[in-house]
Amino acid sequence: MKQFTALYTALDQTTKTSVKVTELARYFGIAPEEDKLWCVALFSGRRPKRAVTTTKLREWAAERAGIPLWLFEESYPIVGDLAETIALVLPEASRDQDEDLSTWIARLRALGVEDDAARKAAVLEAWDQMSAQERLVFNKLLTGGFRIGISRKLMTRALAQATGRDEAELAHRLMGDWTPDTVSWETLIEAEDAGADLSRPYPFCLAYGLEDAPETLGDPSDWLAEWKWDGIRGQLILRGADHFVWSRGEELMTDRFPELARARDFVPDGTVIDGEIVAWDGSAPMPFNALQKRIGRKTVPKTLLKDAPVIVLAYDLLEENGVDLREMPFAERRARLDTILGTLPEDAPLRASSVLPFKSWKTLADLRDTAREERAEGLMIKRASSPYHTGRKKGDWWKWKLDPLTIDAVMIYAQQGHGRRANLFTDFTFAVRDGNELVPFTKAYSGLTDAEFRKITAWVRKNTLQRFGPVRQVRAEHVFEIAFEGIAESTRHKSGVSLRFPRMKRWRHDKPVQEANTIEDLRQMLAQYG
Amino acid sequence: MVLSFRPQGIYCEAGDFFIDPWKPVDRALITHGHADHARPGHARYLATGPAAPVMHHRLGDITLETVAYGETRRIGDASVSFHPAGHVPGSAQIRVEVGGEVWVVSGDFKTAPDRLSEPFEPVRCHSFISECTFGLPVFTWADEDAVAAQINAWWAENAANGIFSLLGAYSLGKAQRVMSLLDPSIGPILTHGAVENTNAVLRAQGLELPDTVHVSPDLDPKVFPGALVLAPPGALGSSWARRFRPGTTGFASGWMRLRGVRRRRAVDRGFVISDHADWPGLNAAIKETGAENVFVTHGYTDIFARRLNESGYNAQVVPTEFTGETLDDEPMTDGPE
Repeated sequence: MKQFTALYTALDQTTKTSVKVTELARYFGIAPEEDKLWCVALFSGRRPKRAVTTTKLREWAAERAGIPLWLFEESYPIVGDLAETIALVLPEASRDQDEDLSTWIARLRALGVEDDAARKAAVLEAWDQMSAQERLVFNKLLTGGFRIGISRKLMTRALAQATGRDEAELAHRLMGDWTPDTVSWETLIEAEDAGADLSRPYPFCLAYGLEDAPETLGDPSDWLAEWKWDGIRGQLILRGADHFVWSRGEELMTDRFPELARARDFVPDGTVIDGEIVAWDGSAPMPFNALQKRIGRKTVPKTLLKDAPVIVLAYDLLEENGVDLREMPFAERRARLDTILGTLPEDAPLRASSVLPFKSWKTLADLRDTAREERAEGLMIKRASSPYHTGRKKGDWWKWKLDPLTIDAVMIYAQQGHGRRANLFTDFTFAVRDGNELVPFTKAYSGLTDAEFRKITAWVRKNTLQRFGPVRQVRAEHVFEIAFEGIAESTRHKSGVSLRFPRMKRWRHDKPVQEANTIEDLRQMLAQYG
Repeated sequence: MVLSFRPQGIYCEAGDFFIDPWKPVDRALITHGHADHARPGHARYLATGPAAPVMHHRLGDITLETVAYGETRRIGDASVSFHPAGHVPGSAQIRVEVGGEVWVVSGDFKTAPDRLSEPFEPVRCHSFISECTFGLPVFTWADEDAVAAQINAWWAENAANGIFSLLGAYSLGKAQRVMSLLDPSIGPILTHGAVENTNAVLRAQGLELPDTVHVSPDLDPKVFPGALVLAPPGALGSSWARRFRPGTTGFASGWMRLRGVRRRRAVDRGFVISDHADWPGLNAAIKETGAENVFVTHGYTDIFARRLNESGYNAQVVPTEFTGETLDDEPMTDGPE
């Protein structure tokens, strides 16, 4: 645990990716195999099951620190991180420990079957033999979540550095449905036959946003275009007479979308398809919030299957007859995909996302302007000759999204952020005008610079009208331009609408509240784009 | 009431004077020279002898009378004395007695000793007006030697790798305190002008500081490989700092106890060192005054007052214009912490 804590501290202490990679690689060079395996697991979101509730942890920490629970609870939002708050309030340890990360994790997991008294005793004993920094790591293990800016790509690069193996191959090995219980370091990283797991997806190829004019991409005939859909990016895997559905966040979603099982009736075994999972009305995708109803549910009621049936709009073929096609040029992969999908009946849960013909960048730009009518959020432009890259590589895949919709709204509530943004007011509620009233319609958290957040925070402190727990009602004085990707009708919101990806585009210092948009403007947008 | 709270600041009617007022008044008793406590525009100032040079340096030609620690002055019907606050050299708590009733204004204070400031002395009183910048149980400080070891190890490692160590610290007090902890055998210590100006004032009054080199516009950084560069926090991200490459940044402040703050400042290292009392220090100091009534000013006042009331004190929050109140007003860049 000392090695891992040192690693965590080193990673946390730097903002430079090169240093992070070096530190990780060094850890992979010295740590015991079981610890390395857990390290990879933790940094790729595979955490041990939570053995103790956070409610209990707070109680025990406050009691151990000799402070009332309310005082602990007041401190937490200021620190912005529960594991850290606990680590900071506890008195100094009375002794030391030097056990492996995996030993501590095994101990934690064993707590799952114990009663509360035994759990408490074990946790207090652990705290009493750790430095503040070790406690922080230990508490993170308890509460889950190691978000310290270690991307998959970064970790893979470090692994490649430490093992001398190919980065792309390692990225592929780390995908899928493994835990430190089901694999060893040897089988995960080093053994020759790494393809044994039938469910394993390929690392997704990711696109960059197109910032310059498309003319900068050169000859249009080198490129293929398709709609950019607003669904869930997913990989549909048909292997071993079974099927698996993975999200881009690497979540196995097979059971959430039972209608995709029928793909097995139409597509041969040994096929892997990349595409967008969307709710489908029979001829076009439904708005994202229809799909949203499906996402949170592990089992799907029949009515929902009927109201929001999903299909895969397929746009790439990664494996055919069990052969990895990723090095093949995109145009050829795409042609093979169309051959497979070309003969499918109308009611198959799988369709090709059409390749959009265009002769010039101008015609493509005109096409892009019609994206909303097609229920798309813009275009994807892919180089015909490109392989299917591992992760994000600049140059071959571009997303060319529509400009967002915007509306000028009045800030009416503010709340503090967490973590890096603790003690800054960063979470705001916005309203539009309705006569002399203000109707709240959306929250937004992002889009301002740190300097702007500091400025608005100072303002919020001086202009709070009322407090509702952590939420402050502020003077209705500031207008912000809110950008968003879509608008839909909602019965859950007072305003009757819900927005997709709302964020603050600009602080409109130039606009008085009287010039903010109205509920009528919002309804018109709903009628036009909803 | 011996002291009351007026729009200009903390007021003593019996002696017709103010303590650390934020608007111009006739007579101001000043706890220490930080800008939020010693403001310009008062007709007459009274402060400790060791606080005077910095005040003259900052406020120019003011009418300033000095007093020794522990010496009692009669002002009107009030007896006044200054007692070490352990915050920065010359800093004081101010004791005011009227008709047998004693009030103490803490100013900014720190209970743990350091190598430069006169060590904090508890003063018995009936009512105590206390700062509580770090009045939360998450703020506890390691002892100074441990922090010194961390800073020197960081510097030594950077120096061995041939990179500059840029350390942000408030130019009056914190920077000199950090200097007092440095091991000059590791390498040269370079200073930003704002830090060096204060160094000169403090050296002139007899404080011992290690040798430093002022970073003048024509200074060639290559001549000082592996140097530690002390600068006000605001200078770290500026073009001024860009000449020190390759370099790594650190920040010395009590706020560095919180990871979120450190990450927001985007410095490579945070060193937890403060000139204010930590949570145990605040609680111990208040207990030692024997005061029944506690007025808390800048910091986590609501929370701290609630805790004091729960512990049997009669505590209330007093709004003041002293800074250092929140993380977000950037107390680290342009005001004392």
